[in-house]
Amino acid sequence: MLAYSKKVMEHFINPRNVGEIKDADGIGEIGNPVCGDMMSFYIKVKDNKLEDIKFKTFGCGAAIAVSSMISEVAKGKTLDEALKINNKDIAKKLGGLPKNKLHCSNLGADALHRAIEDYKQKNKNK
Amino acid sequence: MNSKIKKDGRKRIFFDNASTTRIDDHVFKEMEPYFRENYGNPSSLHDFGESAKIAVEQAREKVADMIGTSAEEIYFTSCGTESNNLALWGLARALKGKGSHIISSVIEHYSILNPLKEMKKNGWNISLVPVDKHGLVNPGDIENEITGSTVLISIMHANNEIGTIQKIKEISLIAKKHNIIFHSDGVATAGIIPVNVRELGIDAYSFSAQQLHGPKGVAALFIKRGARIKPIFLGGTQEKGRRAGTENVPGIIGFGKACELAKIRMNENMKYVSKLRDSLIKRLEDKITDIQLNGHPTSRLPGNVHISFKYIEGESILLMLNIEGIAAASGSSCASQALKSSHVLNAIGLSPTMAQGSILFSLGKYNTDLEINRLLEVLPPIVQRLREMSPIYRK
Repeated sequence: MLAYSKKVMEHFINPRNVGEIKDADGIGEIGNPVCGDMMSFYIKVKDNKLEDIKFKTFGCGAAIAVSSMISEVAKGKTLDEALKINNKDIAKKLGGLPKNKLHCSNLGADALHRAIEDYKQKNKNK
Repeated sequence: MNSKIKKDGRKRIFFDNASTTRIDDHVFKEMEPYFRENYGNPSSLHDFGESAKIAVEQAREKVADMIGTSAEEIYFTSCGTESNNLALWGLARALKGKGSHIISSVIEHYSILNPLKEMKKNGWNISLVPVDKHGLVNPGDIENEITGSTVLISIMHANNEIGTIQKIKEISLIAKKHNIIFHSDGVATAGIIPVNVRELGIDAYSFSAQQLHGPKGVAALFIKRGARIKPIFLGGTQEKGRRAGTENVPGIIGFGKACELAKIRMNENMKYVSKLRDSLIKRLEDKITDIQLNGHPTSRLPGNVHISFKYIEGESILLMLNIEGIAAASGSSCASQALKSSHVLNAIGLSPTMAQGSILFSLGKYNTDLEINRLLEVLPPIVQRLREMSPIYRK
């Protein structure tokens, strides 16, 4: 169906970590409705690790699957490890994405990184 | 013989009649002998050829009859896109001596817009008139664009995406007043709503078999007698030199049968499908909040239900529907191969979020109330699920 892999469909039908964190330590937002994809990542940081991650996504099957996969991969990792997560890894873990959907994996990684940057900004003086 | 293929024990549901339609069993039956027994090339001199030729000409009569014209004004092509290309390139090139300005609209199908784009690079001037929020072209806007060099006006009879039916008669009167050839892309209307090209004052009309429960791979272009046209397919002398190439005999026979049936059952089908359409619209409006019907409220195709679902994206809706065995379409950029959101939705001024959240349910004579019931069961939870995932949805 639409050239999506089984793994992508699985994450699309049962996305992990959907939601918001009210008192998030960092928030990263990316995309806009004009281009058809929007992702918001919320993180909770403890001992320099991503204790909790939640996301909200407006977008296609690939966008939702990517968000879900990233949240799963990044949870529990240190901030530095999380910053190294890149689009290619995610696309690979998802069993590949159709060529015209690869940009969704870019968005997901960027949104997570923005959340981490947001946290770092907020905690610069601590 | 065989019924719809089942998915998990349930029948699949097809709400995408705008993309293509299921062939009518009678049409299929009518075509069969032309694959197996009567397979001659109509251009051949022997009996095989002659009987194929006779059958083709009989089918041509039926096709002409459906749109209120005569067989000699019907030319067979391979698809709606080819008919549109032949109409534009064929008419414009024949009239090059008279002028080089063409008027069309922003919501035409790509098989009109893309040829026009190419023609612009090749010496023609193109004006595209806008549409209002319902997708209606204002005939006055067309008249305002007319110059001494205008040779062709092409406006689609109805828009396949949002269903709006244009004021064709008014536009044709303007074309006549200024002695300009008027072509209309009728792929979305032929066989679906009554079309009489003489009454409507149309000089050229494209339409396709696969939209009216006929086979894929065959279409037609009506060209009024006396209108000059230069062919785009050159080769043999088929179709009076207007379109070379061995005729798709079984396809044409099927097309003829489909037109015959469409004409006989026109009112009955229209009534049945519009009823389903109106019921679907009403039930969606009752059951799901923050949605909007696009296209003209009354001047719309009998089966067209084009809805924008606020806060969520079209391809994800389609995917979830597909899992449930339900087929529909969307104008979102993610749902398009080109990753561009629909030019039609942009033209009617839909906000980006609404354009991205749009779904087209296009109903046909084979859809049923039970199928609508099933859709109303599965869609509201899908919408709710996606809204809860959406960063722009606040309860």
